[in-house]
Amino acid sequence: MQQTKETFSIKGMHCASCVGILERSLKKIPGVESATINLATTKATVVYDPQRVNDNHLASAVANVGYEAMINEGIKSEEEQKKAKEKELMDLGNKVAISLFLGGLILWGSFPGLMNTAPMILQNPWFQLLLATPVQLWVGLIFYRATIPALKHRTANMDTLVALGTTVAYTYSVFVTIFPKVVEKIGIAAVPYFDVGTIIIGLILLGRYFETRAKQRTSEAIKKLINLQAKTARVLRNGKEIDIPIEQVIIGNVIRVRPGEKIPVDGIVVDGESSIDESMITGESIPVDKSVNDIVIGATINKTGMFIFKATKVGNETMLAQIIKLVEEAQGSKAPIQRMADLVSSYFVPIVIMLAIVTFVLWYVLGPTPSLLHALLNTIAVLIIACPCAMGLATPTAIIVGTGKGAEHGILIKDAESLEIAHKINAIVFDKTGTLTNGKPEVTDIISINGDSENELIEYAASLENGSEHSLAESIVLEAEKRKIELANVSKFKAIAGHGVEGVVNEKRVVLGNRKLMDREGIDTHNFRERIEKLESGGKTVMILSLEGKFAGLIAVADTVKESAREAINILNGMGIETIMITGDNARTAHAIAEKTGMTRVLAEVLPEDKEREVKKLQAEGKRVAMVGDGINDSPALAAADVGIAMGTGTDVAIEAADITLMNKDLKSVAMAIKLSKSTMRTIKLNLFWAFGYNIILIPIAMGALYPFFHLLLNPIFASVAMAVSSVSVVSNSLLLKGSKLN
Amino acid sequence: MTLDKIIVIVGGFLGIIFTYWFFLMKKDKGVEVSDHVNVIIDGGYSPEVISVPQGKTTIINFIRKDPTSCLDEVVISDFKIRKYLPLNQKVSVEIKPDNTGEYIYSCGMNMYHGKIIVK
Repeated sequence: MQQTKETFSIKGMHCASCVGILERSLKKIPGVESATINLATTKATVVYDPQRVNDNHLASAVANVGYEAMINEGIKSEEEQKKAKEKELMDLGNKVAISLFLGGLILWGSFPGLMNTAPMILQNPWFQLLLATPVQLWVGLIFYRATIPALKHRTANMDTLVALGTTVAYTYSVFVTIFPKVVEKIGIAAVPYFDVGTIIIGLILLGRYFETRAKQRTSEAIKKLINLQAKTARVLRNGKEIDIPIEQVIIGNVIRVRPGEKIPVDGIVVDGESSIDESMITGESIPVDKSVNDIVIGATINKTGMFIFKATKVGNETMLAQIIKLVEEAQGSKAPIQRMADLVSSYFVPIVIMLAIVTFVLWYVLGPTPSLLHALLNTIAVLIIACPCAMGLATPTAIIVGTGKGAEHGILIKDAESLEIAHKINAIVFDKTGTLTNGKPEVTDIISINGDSENELIEYAASLENGSEHSLAESIVLEAEKRKIELANVSKFKAIAGHGVEGVVNEKRVVLGNRKLMDREGIDTHNFRERIEKLESGGKTVMILSLEGKFAGLIAVADTVKESAREAINILNGMGIETIMITGDNARTAHAIAEKTGMTRVLAEVLPEDKEREVKKLQAEGKRVAMVGDGINDSPALAAADVGIAMGTGTDVAIEAADITLMNKDLKSVAMAIKLSKSTMRTIKLNLFWAFGYNIILIPIAMGALYPFFHLLLNPIFASVAMAVSSVSVVSNSLLLKGSKLN
Repeated sequence: MTLDKIIVIVGGFLGIIFTYWFFLMKKDKGVEVSDHVNVIIDGGYSPEVISVPQGKTTIINFIRKDPTSCLDEVVISDFKIRKYLPLNQKVSVEIKPDNTGEYIYSCGMNMYHGKIIVK
């Protein structure tokens, strides 16, 4: 027996006795193997046979004993996480205020030129010790608590550097305060440096405070997506409407949606019609009309009408949940450009510690008097100024903002690598049907050769094509429906990929397809070549019908080109990207459509299975190729391309096969995706340049590289300012991506 | 050259060697995991190196006890996982590795590292 394990929250639990009641009630359901309730987490874990038990059984067993089962909770409580983060940030803010206030008082009492204005008590080293100690040992505990366990693991991080630097300053100052005479004996003025340690701690934590706040903003897009989810659904039960929490909605529930309301889950309309704003999911601003049998997406907004729909996907299965999962996964992935930063940051802190030791030795041995003081202050400056965080944050923050911004525009990026490669794309291959065109071809011309009526030709063609999934076939069947023609049965049906179809209808052998197929059949179409070519030059696809081995007629079908095609192709051409159309159509039809859209190149008469080979050929020409298709019929080509872009399908298959999924059918989204990739990569490069440049330039300055030439040394307090600004600026630069224009 | 300077030079030299040995020459000790493992985060990851079987689902429970903001996220990029880790709360991630090899996981800023060895 195959078993399923499900864990869900239970509302209303408050005592240990609830545990027993609930467990007994759940175990009573035939097919439930075990049920365990955890009072601490208020969660139930049930193991059951999925063929005998469904979510409904579990929900009612819980409801029967007076509680509420939060089945299909799906998206985890963002609220709890937010609260925890807020609390951490508030604690940090308080510590910053305390350390900067106390540090400021010490600075007032010890800074040359300023100290004369300070009360005498602030100039007293013992009073300064009293003020500095809570900052060093209580606020600074953050750094020690990170350093000591890290050292146990033989690893080091930025906190190790700050802990080392401030401890050196504090210990020296304590020593000077307690034993001033000893210090004076070796020719150093007995001046403590309590201001250095306290201000450094305050400023670095201030930097961290701003950095944390900015980091939270980087992930706003995903929070927005999570908040899109409706809270309740109006379910119809026994003729009554009941509002229930979204978590309790199960597949098959019938739900009513009124004007202005949010559609709670994914489903299919069973009654009524309306216009629905799907912009939050697809990025498409024009509302979409829906009626019976149309699919509706959870989290979209019903504009005008009232309708009833049946839930088909709930919890983690909904489109919204899948989008959130995809964006989260992309944000967790790593861009190849980050490898260098990864390598450097894994050696960074030990190298800085070694450089700090070198600084101390050089200044002690070669530096001017008082050499010990110079050695100490410059060593502290080196430890404090080094900023590994900026390197660590440079790439991921930009990826998080970039993928989030994409999602807001209906552009779903599979991973950071796809986003990185997309900026190098210099050729885009568009699959014609359904991508460049609306994918709904219509019959435009019916030409009889042997005196059969138009309806007869359509009857044969439509009977043969009935059941075929090809979009051209569909158009002929639709034409038959329009003409109210009854279809006949087909036997010996055979589809010949890239050519057409054949079979027996009304005891006649019927063949329908392109010229290649007729050549194969030995049917002469020579006399009609001009006519066929004229139709094809108008962008129409011409199908030739033969009855009993004789040329019987022509059926021309045309698909309308998407309104956005011309503008989108222009934008891409303007970006220096070669635009290529790939199609199974003959060259003449293909060129006619390419001309309408402004495509630079056409690959015509390509069989579906050869699309992948064509993509590889382009790659062999040295091009970085993106392939745009529907993600279902052209998965191999999408996978072969450097970047596979699936368009406007929103199905699981498409999302799996594609590197980038476009939730809408607007071709301008392709250009937007490329622009997004370019601006994200620009941000990453700038961040990395800044992070590396900062450390490469400022660490030598902190070591005293400018001293021999200009007698300039970096005060450790300024080092901490630079360090705090550094990581904040990297995160802020990533946030600027939010404002970048994609249109 | 005075004695104190010689002592500082020798001490500095030994300090650099010690730093190199201490941080950069440590050997990873792995923990074999069959279906789940608790990784405690306190100044690093304990255990730091875990060995998991190929093709099977392994649950890694991260429990952060360290308030350092650096550690408030865990990233296992090869498995496209980036999770926020609230203090003192268990956060579970599931991995099902298809290929053998070594996969690094790290904190959000890539300062702390751990390793998942798939056998």
